[in-house]
Amino acid sequence: MSTLFLALLLPVFGFLFSGIAGKHLPEKITGWISSLTILGSFVLSIGIFNDVANATSGIAAVGFNFLSVGDVIVDFAIQADRLTSIMMLVITGIGFLIHVYSISYMHGDPGFYKFFAYLNLFVFNMLVLVMGSNFLMLFFGWEGVGLCSYLLIGFWYENESYGKAARKAFIMNRIGDLGLLIGLFLIIANFKSLNYSEVMAAASTGAVSTEVITAICVALFVGAMGKSAQIPLYTWLPDAMAGPTPVSALIHAATMVTAGIYLVVRCNVLFELAPAAQQLILWVGLATSILAALIGLKQNDIKKVLAYSTVSQLGLMFIALGIGAYSAAMFHLITHAFFKALLFLGSGSVIHALGGEQDIRKMGGLKKAMPITYYTFLIGTLAISGMPLFSGFFSKDEILATLFAQNTLVWALTVVSALITGIYMFRVFLVTFHGGFRGTHEQEHHLHESPALITFPLIVLALLSLLGGLINLPELFTQNNAQWLKHWLNPIIGASQESLHHPEHHTEWLLMAIAVGAFVVALLYTRNKYIAKQSIPESDAEMTDLAKLSSNKFYVDELYDKAVVTPTEIIGDTLQKTDDSIFIGAIGGVNKLFGSIANGFKFIQNGKIHYYLLYMVAGIVIIMALNLFR
Amino acid sequence: MNTDSIFSSLDISHYIYLSSVLFCIGLFGVLTRRNAIVLLMCIELMLNAVNLLFVAFSSYMGDSAGQLFVFFIMVVAAAEAAVGLAIIVMIYRNVRSTDVGLFDKLKG
Amino acid sequence: MELILIPILSGLIAAWAGKWSRWIALLGSIITGVLVVTLWSQFDPTKGFQFIFDKPWFSSAIHFKTGIDGIGLLLLLLTNFLTPVILLSAFGKDKQSLVFALIVAMQGALNGVFLALDGLMFYIFWELALIPIYFIAGMWGEGDRFKTTIRFFIYTFIGSLGMLASLLYLYSKTPDPSSFSWEALVAVKLSVKEAIAVGAGLLLAFAVKIPILPFHGWQPKTYVESPSFGSMLLSGIMLKMGLYGLIRWFMPLVPEALSFYNPIIVTLGIAGVIYGAYIAIRQKDLKGIVAYSSLSHVGLIAAGIATLSFTGLQGGLLQMLSHGVNAVGLFFAIDIIERRLHTRSLNQLGGIAKVAPLFSVLFIILVFGATAVPFTNGFPGELLLLKSIFSFHAWQGIIAGLTIILCAVYMLRLFQFSMFGKANNDQLTSFGALQWHEALGMMVLVLFVVFFGLFPQTLLDISGPSIQQLQQVIEQSKEVLS
Repeated sequence: MSTLFLALLLPVFGFLFSGIAGKHLPEKITGWISSLTILGSFVLSIGIFNDVANATSGIAAVGFNFLSVGDVIVDFAIQADRLTSIMMLVITGIGFLIHVYSISYMHGDPGFYKFFAYLNLFVFNMLVLVMGSNFLMLFFGWEGVGLCSYLLIGFWYENESYGKAARKAFIMNRIGDLGLLIGLFLIIANFKSLNYSEVMAAASTGAVSTEVITAICVALFVGAMGKSAQIPLYTWLPDAMAGPTPVSALIHAATMVTAGIYLVVRCNVLFELAPAAQQLILWVGLATSILAALIGLKQNDIKKVLAYSTVSQLGLMFIALGIGAYSAAMFHLITHAFFKALLFLGSGSVIHALGGEQDIRKMGGLKKAMPITYYTFLIGTLAISGMPLFSGFFSKDEILATLFAQNTLVWALTVVSALITGIYMFRVFLVTFHGGFRGTHEQEHHLHESPALITFPLIVLALLSLLGGLINLPELFTQNNAQWLKHWLNPIIGASQESLHHPEHHTEWLLMAIAVGAFVVALLYTRNKYIAKQSIPESDAEMTDLAKLSSNKFYVDELYDKAVVTPTEIIGDTLQKTDDSIFIGAIGGVNKLFGSIANGFKFIQNGKIHYYLLYMVAGIVIIMALNLFR
Repeated sequence: MNTDSIFSSLDISHYIYLSSVLFCIGLFGVLTRRNAIVLLMCIELMLNAVNLLFVAFSSYMGDSAGQLFVFFIMVVAAAEAAVGLAIIVMIYRNVRSTDVGLFDKLKG
Repeated sequence: MELILIPILSGLIAAWAGKWSRWIALLGSIITGVLVVTLWSQFDPTKGFQFIFDKPWFSSAIHFKTGIDGIGLLLLLLTNFLTPVILLSAFGKDKQSLVFALIVAMQGALNGVFLALDGLMFYIFWELALIPIYFIAGMWGEGDRFKTTIRFFIYTFIGSLGMLASLLYLYSKTPDPSSFSWEALVAVKLSVKEAIAVGAGLLLAFAVKIPILPFHGWQPKTYVESPSFGSMLLSGIMLKMGLYGLIRWFMPLVPEALSFYNPIIVTLGIAGVIYGAYIAIRQKDLKGIVAYSSLSHVGLIAAGIATLSFTGLQGGLLQMLSHGVNAVGLFFAIDIIERRLHTRSLNQLGGIAKVAPLFSVLFIILVFGATAVPFTNGFPGELLLLKSIFSFHAWQGIIAGLTIILCAVYMLRLFQFSMFGKANNDQLTSFGALQWHEALGMMVLVLFVVFFGLFPQTLLDISGPSIQQLQQVIEQSKEVLS
């Protein structure tokens, strides 16, 4: 179907246009054309969504044959089934909003046209990722978004620390990619195909042993760990905040990091056959969720808090995947996309208004000057913390409810994580927007609400964060239309979720109450601390040791540096020395060898006639003797 | 075999012995003597020993090819002696001696 | 065949042409390239060797026999498309005419290597290809160039002697009338012990040329001290001679010894991958990084070829082409930087992207190609190679897979420290725009990178049937003499 290809390729057109012509055109034109290509994809995605509503197995479009070598037969083929169409809507919808936002945010930047080119390229790759109908297309998009994130994180390339962060992101992603690649090889070796449909069908028949499938799932999960920033491959995400804020919003909130979740949901058939892998996902997700939340508690850079929050929320999604609650995970993915993008864009608005300040200790009292930003940020905060009836509340609740019925211990720890989430989010919100203004006079003077192109996306996202819960209301609340998302995704995950227990209705009310309770506790605690007591986070020097631990991210980066970077350097240097001395020196040795052989023979040529004559005679005698004795 | 020939009374073996002895004396001289001119003389001696042998066999076999060859050898010997002496004279003018032990500039 | 004659002739003319030499050389090179394309259009992948030209040469045993099959065609395409680009890179202001003559003459010699179907002819052209590079490295190199070049020459030569000995031995075993032709040599059956000994000789030559650890001693210094176009010739094409030799002249000739040698080659190849990568990470000289990265990449190709699987062989061929293009591209870019800023040290470079945007874009595409990012030509080859090694032996495959991480590390270092960051060098302002020949050369390369990243199957279709035929030949010959 050519609409599929059109939806996929529109962003490429934007990329080429902005990249080549954008340099010479006014900002508005470049920005708007790039944004409109994404809008075009979005509109097409709606159409595709409608088409897929009727065709439960999805629609496909085959491109050309990419590779056809032995077992490896791969086509550039794309498809749109129910899972893909939802992802497409999220990617292009939020992508469009962020493009519009960037027209204003990146105004005046000399690399304006490049920024939009990269953004378009990114959306394209993300679409390849979700629209591919085989694992290799997924890998194409997967690496492609990694590439684009390198370009975008290091966008202000003159700053070397930004470049370092960009490299870190790319390389850590590549570590995950190795896992993904191994998973791919295992799939080819065992299933003889990379197409989703064939692999899933073959897996269901039980033709491949559980051990192999577990190995495949673990390998795929390693890839997801890298892309979706789970322990131990998460440290790139906070550093990636070096990129411009719209980048953080798009890549690290709404799209790229969700690729890992998409992968697991796409392969739910495989994961259901590998309970060991699911356990792994569950515990990694849980550990990540709690660790990141604890770190976020003491961060003072507004974007870093949101970064760790993203890592933590992704952990939550993986927890859901770990127990096989695929639709719940997707639900949270969508709501999280809404409110996290909102929060990031909102923080961008604040940073912009304050002329680049990112430390919340130097903010405060912004409510009056930036009302729209204030209220939208508030909505986002409430959503993520689980304010009843907001989108985040429903998605989190779905996860918690399903969790309770499978594994109570993990449920309890997850509630703790949710509590901490509430605390750090309110902390950031209150410190940033309430109290007196703590910045410089200069900043106070220039304080104003952001222009319309920035506030408009904020408002849209706020509405979505508010109402997003409607797509998957639990049965508790309504009889009709309940769990729309879950039913929508049924063709893909239905079989896998059949075995999921669901708590009784009255238990669910109780669980909901507990969640709301956690929310209220967080709210009251932070309100008390930051409004009533007017306390601001302490300066670095005043922190207690425990706080330092959290503030310094539990020294994980330093650990990695010692455990990975330094040994690499040592190995490299040692090998270099070996190379120089042994291998390169060996040739010198060969030369010397020949030299000494030559020297050895030099004595024969001593220039004296008698010796030469003697040799001659001796030679003749020997030859004659040999002839005689033949 | 012509019984009137002067050589018929002697067996060929005598000529071979004589020739070999002369050759060996010449060879010994070539290998040991230090004077360049004596060296050349010894070489002449070797060549003449071979000449003798050729003539003896030529007469004994009745084949005149041997005697022909002797003429060749005599011509070559003469030429080579002339050239050799000329070279020695030139070297003497530079080195002031005919001791072959001193002619070692061509060493490797 | 004309493919050999034309470049060599133009080389000879160019040597005396003074000011016009570069154009004559370029013309000769491009004409040869066009010839190859016409041959390609008439080529039928399924029909084995085609365009055969066979004439007795030195004796009835040694023929001047050339022919093209899928494998050879791919390598001919590589050689004849890269050499014009290399010539373009040498178009800087003050180059002597001899340079261009040598480069284009080398094209002829290389064509001979890939076309040869007679053992001794192969050997002759193998050695012949050394001569131009010897002069190039020795006359226009830098640093300790004489010592390095002589060492390079002698080292390669020793290897080649091994090959000669093995070829002679095989020749002696061919049935009457003895012949050096490929088919005859392949048909010789050896006992396992004999095969191992003969294989050692052949392998020595190829192991030095490729290079495979531990025979790589000549490579780093020679690469760094050669002038850029020399390094391009070396890494772009000459290396592939060794790999081609593995495919065409090692595996079919001593199939009985393959079960002994192949696992060793795979292991050494992978060791080379990791070894080269780690050293590349610590290099401070731009050329050094690319040199060790070449070692790393060809190790992977060699390992994949040695698995003797269809995937490995196809992947190896594809990657040979991709690596050739990428390596030449990287050296091209480094040359551009060095010519303007007179330094290649990462410590002294930085911030070039700001003054040379077009160059940055072209450069970064080449870097991504070298890092095997999807959509570039480096990706499908590496995918196939890793898959074949993984199927051969899972753990070795995983270790080989580390290359995707390590390669990213040193390639990003290469690019980032020279192009991004603060401008370190005051000469930066005089960077200037790309000259026409530089821009043209780089754009052609980038075009290859992107085109074959999207459509690798066009190349694979050429070589596929030939490789299958080769595999059959090897299988049939594998019965051991009892």
